[in-house]
Amino acid sequence: MCLAVPGKIISVDESNPDLRMAKVSFGGIIKEICVQWLPEAGVEDYIIAHAGMALNKLDEEDARLSLEAFEQLEKSLDEEEESDIN
Amino acid sequence: MKYVEEYRDLRLVRKISEEIKKVVSQPWVIMEICGGQTHSILKYNLEEFLPKEISLVHGPGCPVCVTSLELIDKAIKIASEKDVIMSSFGDMLRVPGSEKDLLQVKAEGGDVRMVYSPLDAIKLAKENPDKKVVFFAVGFETTAPANALSVVEAKRQGVTNYSILSSHVLVPPAIEAILSSPDSRIQGFLAAGHVCTIMGYEEYIPLAKKYKVPIVITGFEPVDILQGILATVKQLENGEAVVENQYSRVVSREGNIPAQKLLKDVFRVIDRKWRGIGNIPRSGFALAEKFAGFDADKIFDLGKIISPESPLCIAGEVLQGHKKPTDCPAFGKECSPENPLGAPMVSSEGACAAYFHYRKIRN
Ligand code: SF4
Repeated sequence: MCLAVPGKIISVDESNPDLRMAKVSFGGIIKEICVQWLPEAGVEDYIIAHAGMALNKLDEEDARLSLEAFEQLEKSLDEEEESDIN
Repeated sequence: MKYVEEYRDLRLVRKISEEIKKVVSQPWVIMEICGGQTHSILKYNLEEFLPKEISLVHGPGCPVCVTSLELIDKAIKIASEKDVIMSSFGDMLRVPGSEKDLLQVKAEGGDVRMVYSPLDAIKLAKENPDKKVVFFAVGFETTAPANALSVVEAKRQGVTNYSILSSHVLVPPAIEAILSSPDSRIQGFLAAGHVCTIMGYEEYIPLAKKYKVPIVITGFEPVDILQGILATVKQLENGEAVVENQYSRVVSREGNIPAQKLLKDVFRVIDRKWRGIGNIPRSGFALAEKFAGFDADKIFDLGKIISPESPLCIAGEVLQGHKKPTDCPAFGKECSPENPLGAPMVSSEGACAAYFHYRKIRN
């Protein structure tokens, strides 16, 4: 029910100021999503959407950093494994 | 899909799992509040990656599952009126009421439709001006803004034949109800990431403090969930109890403020009965007075409906984490997704349906 998935904004329709709509690609499937509450969201941005509505913008920098932190975790564990073997 | 696949990486899952095993020194009971997370845990068999010290219990975070029988019966009565089109998300149509579900109403000639978004329900209302179009508005704080917007849009566009039957439920009061119960055994919470995209997480800070439980805002992919568990276990082992945000790529402390303003404007907070659990104070949304013209609860006066629950179904205990679906004597026998006795067997995010589906695949 609360499932919301990340998609990339392809275009934004500003013609109705009360109902800002965007075409959003979810892995190639295009859907019309309301982006009324994300005034700063534009083309190329990733948003997270649910029930036809954009909930929030995805912070790509944050995602990159946290994935990098995982990589670090991986590295330190890899090193440990290696030292276990040695 | 970008920002999805990376969080399903088995290698990463294994690494975090190793880290959890290293950190844990004693048994801990952790509840994931959200049904979407329950679904992921069962789908990816994440319990396999946890040390035996960690027990996960599945919370009441499936709005379809906790919508009261009275409200379902009310929706069924409204849908049975001849000038009505009843619409909702797919799962809602299959939830058993006292005697039947909405799909049965449809089979008997009622006009019942599934929609993807409440904005589609407004379109239906515009296309069918001679009908009363009702949207059965379920959901947590994640779904509430979409449903609120539909009412505001209907008003703005002058669509007078549209209304919603609000069965909205709110997460923090449910967490509080679980924690304040004398037989609660929950020591840490994974809070529902998408609820917090809208609401932020300030509301959880006093809860973590008052009940001395770590609360970790967590996403939905396997890597997210294991990371949320790792953060919770670390706090528990260190004797800490604070709010942490694992899902910071989409959740900020303050949440989506324009959406919160909309919720404040459109809804008022009320006490709400949760199916299988009972009344939880200040745990639901009803439409504010100024939107009374769009409130199906007021438009269709059906008197008081009292609906007793099936005596076989132990959904209340499952939803509060006292029992697992497999502890239910009806599980997989009288009760299955084709013939659900209780709501947790209907929604794919209900604990009973998730157990039924993924256990069957594995066995
Ligand atoms: S298995 Fe069916 S009857 Fe048992 S608790 Fe779940 S929904 Fe209720």
